Amino acid sequence: MGPLSILSEFPEWMNLLIAFVIGIGFGFALEQAGFSSSRKLAGMFYGYDTTVLKVFFTAAIVALAGSQLLSFFGLLNLKLVFVNPYYMNATIIGGVIMGAGFIIGGFCPGTGISALSIGKIDAMFYLLGGMFGAFLFAETYPYILTLANENYKGPMRIDEWMGVSSGVFTLILIVVAVALFWIAELAEKKFKRADITNEI
Amino acid sequence: MGKRNYMNPYLAGVLLGLVLLAAMFFSGRGLGASGGIKYTVVALVGAVDKQHAMESPYYSKYFENGERPLKNWLALEVFGMVLGGFISGALSHRLKLKIEKSPKISNKKRLAFAFLGGAFFVYGAQLARGCTSGAALSGMAVLSVAGFVTMIAIFGSAYLFAWFFRSLWI
Repeated sequence: MGPLSILSEFPEWMNLLIAFVIGIGFGFALEQAGFSSSRKLAGMFYGYDTTVLKVFFTAAIVALAGSQLLSFFGLLNLKLVFVNPYYMNATIIGGVIMGAGFIIGGFCPGTGISALSIGKIDAMFYLLGGMFGAFLFAETYPYILTLANENYKGPMRIDEWMGVSSGVFTLILIVVAVALFWIAELAEKKFKRADITNEI
Repeated sequence: MGKRNYMNPYLAGVLLGLVLLAAMFFSGRGLGASGGIKYTVVALVGAVDKQHAMESPYYSKYFENGERPLKNWLALEVFGMVLGGFISGALSHRLKLKIEKSPKISNKKRLAFAFLGGAFFVYGAQLARGCTSGAALSGMAVLSVAGFVTMIAIFGSAYLFAWFFRSLWI
């Protein structure tokens, strides 16, 4: 029964080895998807390439539905899986800053690491900028404590907030994702840029 | 050299989802990326100015009880990511040192904006307690409101700003 490392009390080296192996899978999947290309990622925001949406939603649904199936068959205790805490103001403002960074830099941190791993020099600059951003945050942290911690809601869950079961919410998400995939396929035709997609 | 083929996006999504599911099953947590960048900075600051790190309310928590910032789950996962990406690039013949950019802008401009974008993104990720991987994707997989709000905020904001920065890309 999972989570294995918590319930079986794995030694630290084994946890770190698992992290490393999962990281290999993560980096492999991102690169295979084409997330090592900033022009492919940017296509999401101009419509000529919507890979980001397809990969992102498919992955979220596979992990969500998969974890619920494992839980249903008694193989995974979801109460022991980390649920992200919700700091309302920080999440919204942080998200808006991240979106600006995405379109300015062409990557998010994970895809920047993916691009670095195959030799993209722009990704190296992106990650150096990222390190500068983390440094700036640490140094300005004492001045933004209020913003960072305002409206704390705890590890709030969306299915509970909407008053539906997790299964029903998963079904709703699948329907929404399929509709988005359909729109994405249409967008790729309407905003087609063969000059860009042939290069990336 | 012929056209490089990427994996079908839906198939790549299934693969990524299974990796995330493995992280949940084995370690009871999701994936992450910006955290790895943060730990690198914490380790660097600790190496350059230990006193500053110990006195700072931000850095000091990563050195409590003799802990080492690079010896944790996220840091190791990010080292693995670099190897995994390299293996994928090698198998698909995509390993190449290059600056990828629109032909309409100079190398210098691309690199300057890449640096700036990275600084914005990771600053925002520290504030929001996670990036596209750790907050949005992993958060959505455990049904956290934070995950869904992060996803909507990142993509909504990027669409809003896309018009202003279109000359960088199209």
